[in-house]
Amino acid sequence: MADLFIMMLVFFFSFFIGHIFISKIPQLLHTPLMSMTNAISAVTILGALLLFSVETTPLEKAIGVTAMAMATFNVVGGFVITDRMLKLFKKNTPKE
Amino acid sequence: MNSLPHLLIDLLVIALFLGGIYQFRHPKGARLGNLTAAFAILAAYLLVLYRHEIMDPGWIVIAMAVGITTGWIVAIRMDMIQIPAMVAFQHGAGGVAVFLISFVELTRATSAYLSTLGKISGLLGLVIGAATFSGSMIASGKLANKLNQKPTILPRHSMLLLGIASIIFVLAMIAGRFESSGNPYLLTILVALSIFLGIIFSIRIGGADMPVLISFLNATAGFAAAFCGILIQNRLLVACGATVAASGSVLTHIMCKAMNRDLVKIFVGIQQKSNTVIEQKAPESAKSKAPETAAVSKNPNEENGILKAVTAMRNSKRIVIIPGYGMALAKAQFKVVEMAGRLQHMDKDVKFAIHPVAGRMPGHMNVLLAEADVDYDNLVELDDINPEFKETDLVVVIGACDVVNPAAIDATGTPISGMPILLAHEAKTVVVCNLDVTPGYSGVENPLYEMPKTIKLFGDAKDTVTQLMEAL
Repeated sequence: MADLFIMMLVFFFSFFIGHIFISKIPQLLHTPLMSMTNAISAVTILGALLLFSVETTPLEKAIGVTAMAMATFNVVGGFVITDRMLKLFKKNTPKE
Repeated sequence: MNSLPHLLIDLLVIALFLGGIYQFRHPKGARLGNLTAAFAILAAYLLVLYRHEIMDPGWIVIAMAVGITTGWIVAIRMDMIQIPAMVAFQHGAGGVAVFLISFVELTRATSAYLSTLGKISGLLGLVIGAATFSGSMIASGKLANKLNQKPTILPRHSMLLLGIASIIFVLAMIAGRFESSGNPYLLTILVALSIFLGIIFSIRIGGADMPVLISFLNATAGFAAAFCGILIQNRLLVACGATVAASGSVLTHIMCKAMNRDLVKIFVGIQQKSNTVIEQKAPESAKSKAPETAAVSKNPNEENGILKAVTAMRNSKRIVIIPGYGMALAKAQFKVVEMAGRLQHMDKDVKFAIHPVAGRMPGHMNVLLAEADVDYDNLVELDDINPEFKETDLVVVIGACDVVNPAAIDATGTPISGMPILLAHEAKTVVVCNLDVTPGYSGVENPLYEMPKTIKLFGDAKDTVTQLMEAL
């Protein structure tokens, strides 16, 4: 029961803080923001990893490997492309 | 696993995530913020490896190698204009991971020990994950121009959606009542139905509503991850999922506000009705008008128009450029920025006014212009620029229509009535570089085109801007 309580607390706390922080982010950065949160949502990679913390049947193995590959794709792709985007945002002197 | 040190370490990692997001409030810190979040993921990953014994490391290494390589290659090669399609695709990939994990966790032997909440979360993760997957694939296809952009409306569309959702609900209730472990066949049917639901849901949304859809899918992907976290009792997953869900919700809300739309109306299709009515009307009037206007302004007036526009530019001190998705489609942003640079050299004050829904996803236009080397201080948001239009000498509209349509203020009963717009019509002179007079996505004709102070330059935005540059 204590576990359950902590889970709920974590959920609402994160949602609430996330809400406050994100409301303050300028429109300018909304696309990189979504791209990054997208990468963050691929923490499901942890779930995929935990599938392998007990013995698996071949079917479970196949599903687990697929989930793992998808989540990894999401994490790496998300962070890399966000970084590429953010690199574009710079202050520069007017060019000739 | 539930000792105090564990909890504290988890909280520390969660704080890292939130810290990463916090740094996004300014472009200067955002890059570091992104790296912080990436580091947090890595830390969370290592924590799980440290705390649990993992079988089959070989398979995991292979899966990760595949994921890292493809993710890296795709991210490096992706063109900035395709970002929305890429992001939508990734929402889908996240959805797949969630429903696969939920499926395994619900069917394997350990599921006998799941609490009721765990079961409910698992089923929610399964359904939302699968629907997010198919919905995102449709969205991605639409954003990549591989699918029809127009909303596809089936007969009794809302009833169909409601029907599938009810069946899913009932099946999920049955599927959740297991003693030892979940029924894989029932869960497979549930996944299939959810995928179907996602498709039916997404095909009805199109065109200008895409930014809302993509933000919404962002939120559902977050919720799915959070439910998955409750299922497997992992606090880090719950926290990250909830944060992403919050982010998606905030962005959805902002997008709806920017278009003065009700979320329910977009998804239930009420807006579509009024839209189709207008659309039926619009082509007629556009057809009857277009040829003459186009003929008048295109052939004899073109040189004249360019000349007039250039004179206006020379005589202006304060210039605001309003880019729309039409500019991005014509790939004219680099030319436009070049022109802006030249005007700045002539000691003019040049700014870019960005409407929140310019582009195909929230903030997309900013990325495109940043790529073309615009200083981010010159990219101004709607609320900040609107009071300035009265003192603006010249507005250059490039490939935008609905976001500068004064009908949003004056007319009632149109799809865009009440939508916040950029007050371009308050400036002293307006130059419009659009493909033609056809109304924007909303189908509402733009009275701005008829104003005497408006100089119309129709044709491909890139050509038009090039001509302007040459004349300047």
